[in-house]
Amino acid sequence: MTSHTSTPDLETVREQLRSSHGKQFWRSLDELADSPTFRDLLEREFPRGAAEFNGDALSRRTFLKLMGASLALAGVTGCTYMPPEQIAPFNRQPQGRTPGIPNFYASALTLSGYATGIIVRSNDGRPTKIEGNPLHPASLGATDLFAQAEILTMYDPDRSQQLLNLSAPSSWGDFVTTLTNSLSAQQATGGAGLRILTTTVTSPTLAAQLAAFQSRFPAARWYQYEPVNRDHVHEGARLAFGAPIATHYDFSQAQVVVALDADFLAPSPGFVAYARIFADGRRVTKSSSEMNRLYVVEATPSTTGATADHRLPLKASNIAAFTQSLAARLGLGTSLELPEAASKFLTHLLEDLEAHRGRSLVIAGDQQPAAVHALVHAINAELGNVGRTVIYTEPVEARPAQQISELAGLVTEINAGTVEALIIIGGNPAYDAPGDLRVADALSRVPLLIHHSLYVNETSRLASWHIPAAHLLESWSDARAFDGTATIIQPLIEPIYGGKTSHELLAALLGQPDARPYDLVRAHWQEQVGANGNFEAFWQGALANGVVSESAAPRVTPTLDSAAIRALPTPTLVDGPEIVFRPDPSVYDGSYTNNGWLMELPRPLTKLVWDNAALMSPSTADRLFGLGLGFAGGGNPLADPDAQQRQVNLERITAANGTLITIEHRGGRMQLPIWLTPGHADDSITVTLGYGRTAAGQVGDNVGANSYPIRTSDAPWFARDVTLLNANQRYQLVSTQNHWTLEGRDIYRVGVFDRFKEDPKYIAKEVYKEEYGSDKPGPGGEGYQSVQPGVDYAGRNAWGMTINLNACIGCNACVAACQAENNIPIVGKDQVAVGREMHWLRIDRYYAGSNLDNPDTFLQPLACVQCEKAPCEVVCPVAATVHDYEGLNNMVYNRCVGTKYCSNNCPFKVRRFNFLQYTRLDVPSFELQRNPEVSVRNRGVMEKCSYCVQRISAARVAAKKAAVQAGASEYTIADGAIVTACEAACPTQAIVFGDINDPGSRVAKWKAEYHNYGLLGLLNVVPRTTYLARVRNFNAALAPEEHESHG
Amino acid sequence: MAQAQPIRTSPPSDPGEAYLLPGETYASITSKIGDVPLTAPLKTPRGWLLGFTVAFTLLMVFFASVGWLFIRGVGIWGINIPVGWGMDIINFVWWIGIGHAGTLISAILLLLNQGWRNSINRFAEAMTLFAVACAGLYPILHLGRPWLFYWLTPYPNTLGMWPQFRSALTWDVFAISTYASVSLVFWLVGLIPDFATLRDRATNIWVKRIYGVAAIGWRGSARHWHRYEMASLLLAGLSTPLVVSVHSIISLDFAISQVPGWQVTVFPPYFVAGAVFAGFAMVLLLMIPVRKWYGFENYITMRHLDVMAKVMLATGMIVVYGYFMEVWASLYGGSTYEEYLLFNRLNGPSSWAYWGLLFCNALAIQPLWFKRVRQNIPALIVISLLVSVGMWLERYVIIVISLEREFLPSSWAQYHPTFWDWSLYLGTFGLFFSLLFLFIRVMPMINIFEMRLFQYQESQRLQRKAHDTHQAHGHGGVAD
Repeated sequence: MTSHTSTPDLETVREQLRSSHGKQFWRSLDELADSPTFRDLLEREFPRGAAEFNGDALSRRTFLKLMGASLALAGVTGCTYMPPEQIAPFNRQPQGRTPGIPNFYASALTLSGYATGIIVRSNDGRPTKIEGNPLHPASLGATDLFAQAEILTMYDPDRSQQLLNLSAPSSWGDFVTTLTNSLSAQQATGGAGLRILTTTVTSPTLAAQLAAFQSRFPAARWYQYEPVNRDHVHEGARLAFGAPIATHYDFSQAQVVVALDADFLAPSPGFVAYARIFADGRRVTKSSSEMNRLYVVEATPSTTGATADHRLPLKASNIAAFTQSLAARLGLGTSLELPEAASKFLTHLLEDLEAHRGRSLVIAGDQQPAAVHALVHAINAELGNVGRTVIYTEPVEARPAQQISELAGLVTEINAGTVEALIIIGGNPAYDAPGDLRVADALSRVPLLIHHSLYVNETSRLASWHIPAAHLLESWSDARAFDGTATIIQPLIEPIYGGKTSHELLAALLGQPDARPYDLVRAHWQEQVGANGNFEAFWQGALANGVVSESAAPRVTPTLDSAAIRALPTPTLVDGPEIVFRPDPSVYDGSYTNNGWLMELPRPLTKLVWDNAALMSPSTADRLFGLGLGFAGGGNPLADPDAQQRQVNLERITAANGTLITIEHRGGRMQLPIWLTPGHADDSITVTLGYGRTAAGQVGDNVGANSYPIRTSDAPWFARDVTLLNANQRYQLVSTQNHWTLEGRDIYRVGVFDRFKEDPKYIAKEVYKEEYGSDKPGPGGEGYQSVQPGVDYAGRNAWGMTINLNACIGCNACVAACQAENNIPIVGKDQVAVGREMHWLRIDRYYAGSNLDNPDTFLQPLACVQCEKAPCEVVCPVAATVHDYEGLNNMVYNRCVGTKYCSNNCPFKVRRFNFLQYTRLDVPSFELQRNPEVSVRNRGVMEKCSYCVQRISAARVAAKKAAVQAGASEYTIADGAIVTACEAACPTQAIVFGDINDPGSRVAKWKAEYHNYGLLGLLNVVPRTTYLARVRNFNAALAPEEHESHG
Repeated sequence: MAQAQPIRTSPPSDPGEAYLLPGETYASITSKIGDVPLTAPLKTPRGWLLGFTVAFTLLMVFFASVGWLFIRGVGIWGINIPVGWGMDIINFVWWIGIGHAGTLISAILLLLNQGWRNSINRFAEAMTLFAVACAGLYPILHLGRPWLFYWLTPYPNTLGMWPQFRSALTWDVFAISTYASVSLVFWLVGLIPDFATLRDRATNIWVKRIYGVAAIGWRGSARHWHRYEMASLLLAGLSTPLVVSVHSIISLDFAISQVPGWQVTVFPPYFVAGAVFAGFAMVLLLMIPVRKWYGFENYITMRHLDVMAKVMLATGMIVVYGYFMEVWASLYGGSTYEEYLLFNRLNGPSSWAYWGLLFCNALAIQPLWFKRVRQNIPALIVISLLVSVGMWLERYVIIVISLEREFLPSSWAQYHPTFWDWSLYLGTFGLFFSLLFLFIRVMPMINIFEMRLFQYQESQRLQRKAHDTHQAHGHGGVAD
């Protein structure tokens, strides 16, 4: 033991804690822990320190010092007074807590201000996993990928942990003093110099606070800005109805859906619910007689386009003309001369719409201009869809605004010198505002700029005060869903980095700096419920269910202003290149840039990671940038009659990926590498938002290129007159899948609904005919022997899974959920570049069909298929991968020596190897995030999908316990009692897990469908995960002539 | 009587017909071969010092590569998913292949009573052992958690776990360890009489004692010789199946899998032939300079080189037949995946390896049909070098190209070896040559007593021949 001179006393430790400049709780502990004195102090807690008591060294003083050490530790947690705030567990779990047994709490997360209901698993006080809330209308039990990844954001060690004044640590007290002084100065003018800038607000409490603020400072202004906003949607409603009526859709009634540049199957308000109900209309069985049909007209290939039965690539700038022509054929305005393909598409689309009046739905994309939205309102009205598939309600947002104009107005005011204090709540306008507004320049002129944010981001760096925000999982708050349903957001943990909620900040502005968010939110709702209700019952119910019942926005029946619609200027068809801005499928508008899970999540169609790129069709790339790919003069190297030559050409073409180009638009300039995207509209280039950040954190800094500088306030979604140059440089883009085609292999089966209706077996038959020349399967089916003896699983649970390719929309939520549940590490761009991504579940993307300009895009989720005759098991020399009695192919990490032979012999290549130490063991907050039920893998071992074996075990334990308590000799696990992480997250319920031995289970029923098939049946590995073939519902007039049943 | 340089009798012209050039006596053989290891340390030839320095430097590269590997993990290499095995297993199979010539020469040729093997067997066996040492390290080093390598061996343990005997990797453990130990014993047993010779010839007392211990009391009595001959024959009999079994089993690492390009039934014989092919190429490559530097042209004659080239040609043609069978199976099998494999080998991103292999292993050996080429030293060096490269490429083709593109196109990816892949490969050369240089420095690199025996046999044969010629001419008379 060390000498006594180094023993710290209580005072020193207290002093250290005090002087740690408010880096609170974790950080202090952490830093303290690293100091030798503190280590020494800790050691004395344990028997080793008992040596101190021996011999003459022990004195009363030493003893007290030792006691002081323990006290100091206790002091770290004990120094905060924690007032009793009751949060209610979700109703599937009894009240109270059993150590080791997780609790589940309902709450909500927001995207662009709109809430999705969630249920958060809390393991001994640590939130570890987010699931959807089945009671919430925007979730229906599932989530999008962002909700899955929020848990990592909450624990992100890069989050702001310190209130800053001019980048120096400060305290809430100092801030309140400054604020109070400033506010009292403003009181005289009614707050004429005060501005608040928030992101989209749907929170009733925050809205009420903002209203209170405005009544206190009548001359102050509240603005909203968010880069992915719904300005055009609001303006379109205003044009059509004279009011910002909110629109949402009911897909259950829609037989024909037309999406006009509307990516409604990608995260956006209402996405999860839409996807679920839309997919319900496509989940065909052998007895199905109906299936919905989706037409998509879009510029950028999207997952919605990939799901479509018919897709027309059309420049975003020409969607207006297409919509106008559609309206004209329905008797609204004048028609336009469309290109031949578009015209044909329109004609047949129209026939279909007219045949399904009242059962159809036309959706305009949020990015399309207001006029398109207004026209689509008129079209839906004309088709009789209003009230059936199109539902109008009162506005959901607290104050629907023209956010870009508001921001522009704010900049003008700042530049005019009228803004004395600006409080920015959330958001990052210095980074994500349109480039022409020069927001960063303006912000640096504001005398008092206060920024409340999760991270010290680009905007915080300009601010005089930065206030760390509490994450929603740490906050009391509330928010509304796409249909207006409110959820009270309850915290799962105290703010781990000591952040403040927006409500606390607003309360401080209202002169209550010590108000607690719990009281604020509760008080607001108490007011809403009023005296006549039983508030306690309401409160408990709202918390436990995660929804405030009957809080949806009331439906309205607006009158269409036909005159205004007729008065809309007629759009024209435009030529020349355009540039399209899209929220990134993984990092959205830049708010998730520092989330490693999302950064490394392969983008749904490009499969790119850790970068953004300029997406364009191969022929456009060739024409605009002179790449010499062979498309010049209308050629198509991929139409070569020789299959081998086609293949060679394909590899040559994809080698052009990564060519750097320069895009200039209205004074903004950016460089991006090309990523060839078949199916992209010609003359159109898509760039995604959210990259090129400079103050994101360890993950997100300097990843990709920033596209906001070339985005302007008058053309936020697509712009023309851009200057495009080939920069003649190469950049390494990393994608997890480089191959485009199926090579004619029987991997992804597709059929046509018309034929499927007649003979549900036809898809399989066609495959067999091609592969084996008969109606029967060849090797792999009956009659062929495997070297491996079969196991009889009768009388036990035999776990299996089906993945419905007709329902899968490739949204990536399952991949993110798997990563969150199973403690899967991220590996970084350089490791993905050499093929070492760790995702247990991946979504394969294939292009098919002969039309490169508009190929069929197939998305196929694939994890370990749990072969009954697993090729991996026989080759493992140490028996580290073995079968269990229920048919799971288990991976015994502790036994694995890492020969990698199992992966080599796995025909699906779903095994993942820890080539290096990928799991970070040096970040304490990540340790808190991990699922305690799943082993953390270190370097040198193989890992793979386990069917969430921890969840199976938990259900088995529960079932056995219940059986014992009931005195039953056998236990049964009910169907649906085990939900794998991917299944739980899946918005469309494409993934179904259960016991294939239980004839009543959902999975057994799906497996009995004739279009159920196992991957690579030839190998006779008997996979437990099988697929339900995709069935496309073609409009006979538009169906491709040579429709292939596969590949 | 140790001398700094070996005795250099000016070599008689070598017409390439004899396995032992005339003019050698028991004494000259003993002194020429025996004096090399007995050279005093300070009189070590400069060439040896230079060579050993280079080898030793490479050995340090080996240790650095292994050190970094242990610190960071196998991720420092270029392997990935889907290519889980890369240069680690390529080099493993390559080294094992090289290790085949030795046992073949010492065991099979002994059983076939091929006297000419006497002058090359010791060296080839040593080469085998060192190559097997290099090879044997790879399966351990390639593990994700190499410190647990012993889990692959069956030993009683508290885990209650045996290895998984269905896995070819478990078979490898037995195959390689058996091969290594039998080869070592065979080699050491063969050295005993020579150690005794060195013991007897050494002047330094310590050297005498060391060789004395190594000679384990060999006195050259008839009983000793009898037992020695029996042991040799038995060990040869034991080794012979091993020559075939080791590489057959290693080929099963691939053949029992279901990877297109791996699951080929022709693999066992094809691998064995390939191993002998590569092994003889390496023996030639090493023998040619050694015989020159140490003036052993009398013992390792042009005829030897000629015969080894013939073996190389024969096994090479078997290997080419194997290539042909692979192509045929791809086309005839009717499996999309196998057909694509062929396409990928010919046109895919790594097709350079396949074309290179065809050039090195099929085309480059064709000149060996001509005696002029077989007895042309520069040509032999070039061809042997090409064969060594070709056999490396063969393993690259089998392992890497097959894995790069198998069943699901979504998981296709390329393999690119990294600096550490190459440095470890280079490092194993350091290990191999360091051991080889030490061997030629301290042990007789040619079997002395067998050479004496061979000299006797040859002189007998010549006498008989002369006698027969005499008689045929009708002149009676006895030579002695």
